[in-house]
Amino acid sequence: MGFERDGNDPTRMTMRLFILIALAILVAWFAADSARADGSQDGNLRLPPNPVAGQPMSVGAGHEGGGTLYLIGPGQVIRREVKEGGEVQIKGEELRSAGRWVAILKSGGSSSSKVFWVKEGTPESLSFLAHPSRVPVARQGVINGFVFVFDRFHNLILQPTPVNFSLSVGGAGATHTVASRDGLASIDASSAAKEGAAQFVASVGNVSVRRVVQQVASEPCNLRMHVAQRTKDAVIIETDPVRDCSGNAVPDGTIVTFMQTDATGKSMVDARIKKGIAQAQLPLSSDATISVASGVVLGNNELRIGGGR
Amino acid sequence: MSRVLAIAFMVLTVALIVAGNVHHSKTAPASSPEGAVQSLFANVKDHNLNAAYSYVAPSSNVDFQDFQREMQGRDSSLRSYSQLESVNPRVMHESENEALVRTELKYSTAVGAFYDTRDLKVAKDDGTWKVQWPAQKEQPLPPQVIPVNYLRWDVIWRGPGDDWGAQNVENPHVRILSMTASEHDGGISILGEIVNEDTIPAFVSVDATLVGKNGQDLAEETSFDKVSHVLLPKEVSPYRVDFPQRSLGEVKNVRLRPDSMLVPASADPVIGVLHQRIEKDAKGRTVLKGELLNESGQTVNIPHVLATFYNDSGKVIWVSDGYLDQALRPQTPQPFAVDLRDDLASSAHSYRVTVNQYSVNRRD
Repeated sequence: MGFERDGNDPTRMTMRLFILIALAILVAWFAADSARADGSQDGNLRLPPNPVAGQPMSVGAGHEGGGTLYLIGPGQVIRREVKEGGEVQIKGEELRSAGRWVAILKSGGSSSSKVFWVKEGTPESLSFLAHPSRVPVARQGVINGFVFVFDRFHNLILQPTPVNFSLSVGGAGATHTVASRDGLASIDASSAAKEGAAQFVASVGNVSVRRVVQQVASEPCNLRMHVAQRTKDAVIIETDPVRDCSGNAVPDGTIVTFMQTDATGKSMVDARIKKGIAQAQLPLSSDATISVASGVVLGNNELRIGGGR
Repeated sequence: MSRVLAIAFMVLTVALIVAGNVHHSKTAPASSPEGAVQSLFANVKDHNLNAAYSYVAPSSNVDFQDFQREMQGRDSSLRSYSQLESVNPRVMHESENEALVRTELKYSTAVGAFYDTRDLKVAKDDGTWKVQWPAQKEQPLPPQVIPVNYLRWDVIWRGPGDDWGAQNVENPHVRILSMTASEHDGGISILGEIVNEDTIPAFVSVDATLVGKNGQDLAEETSFDKVSHVLLPKEVSPYRVDFPQRSLGEVKNVRLRPDSMLVPASADPVIGVLHQRIEKDAKGRTVLKGELLNESGQTVNIPHVLATFYNDSGKVIWVSDGYLDQALRPQTPQPFAVDLRDDLASSAHSYRVTVNQYSVNRRD
């Protein structure tokens, strides 16, 4: 059960009428603003059609009067005295900010204004963020690169700009070009199979920025061990060189856990890899089973020592 | 009359002063086995070790220096930072000249209360009871050189001169391997394991938030010392976050947040955990016992044992921890015991022990 809709409800129709009027006013205001920004002559001000940040431009006053010219832009104000019918030259170094500007000419007791838009200059600097600084090898999409493209005066270039990304280890790698969108270009890349310092370079034209992403060995793979030595009351167990599934040596200091189970209970040593090999001393037993693990990876062989049975 | 009153008050004053200054002798001979133990530890509590030693039977063959070291602690162990708080002796059996006294000791330490239970033999010697103090003779280590060539990590951080976008050294990646919620004794415990899956050491902690049925946060706690804070690469640690006075019925969700931070660290020392087995202690409680062996050349001042218990499916059912009040000297085994809840003893199919350590002289 619910309320029935009445399309002829006067209140509803009044609301619709108000909304339509408000929309019409907004559209008219935007149209007027755009007309003021098209660089055409409007009264006393003459502006160039497509000014660019960092490039000189001239602003002219009409024959009705000179006076004081104010150019108000994002984070900037320029003031000049202009003669009747004359022109003011604005240097490129002064017109730094890209975006929406307002030109105001005050002449006597009257003033006229015009809105104009300054575009960004050519790409001259990049802000490049590479994440993370360290990744395991052979993983999909783990490396992210983000580039913001700026012109000489650090205006974000919103025009689509091709950004070249290159990721290489030892000279071998891949290159990909991405068009920036609203000033940002991003890419996801996979880590290589070989460990090493990957050179991650982003470039636009002659401008390039380099970051280093350290590719490190992944989880240990094929963890195997053997008895290295027996003493009077201990046995020394040693692993084969510990490597990941891509063949990279797992770094020294990585924990490898040796576990021995016998009649007296369970013994365990968290050994550290030294020079690629982990070694542990366990109590000698007449009948023990020894296993090895590193992190969440179990070794793929068990040792039985003693064997009194 | 006034003179009589003055003299009377003077005498009374002197008598009260004398009464106030008379002390019960702390070395009075013990007339019972319980009294001997009580007097010995009362003097230990008062830091009067000479008086305490007077209650040790000469036949114990324990010299005063050994007794003193044992009572006061040494090698910056936890015992050396603790204070005996209470003693509770109980005679287990007694004959005319011998007795066995079970003594429960409670120490106040920087890491909380520490409990110790000793079964002491007490014997009558010349009409007074004295304690047969168990001699703890340590095998002296032969002079030797133990090379320390384990890896050490140092960190160089980002500086003010680095440009924007040149990120700092990435924090280590850690991952929660498992999480279980357990309700007991009127509270909730969140248990599990965490692994450092990176190639650099990590300082970790685990925070947990209980979320109620309406989505509101009920409580937030941290693992505190129920986790091994410094994890080397591929090292796994248990964690336990306790929420007292909470019930699972009011909880809809648990939010876990593992924090990790890159810290300088050393791969030394290696501590072996030997001969672990589950047994009943003298009080009939279920405990996991074993021995710790410091395989390095430097003393580990305060060892901290963390035990993880698993059921037959490999799920973590409990995490227990305990400190040793004795330091781990190089190459010298030291016994340990951590408790396991009696209601879980039958479910515990396997266990794993990790050792945390706090050392005064190590530069990490």
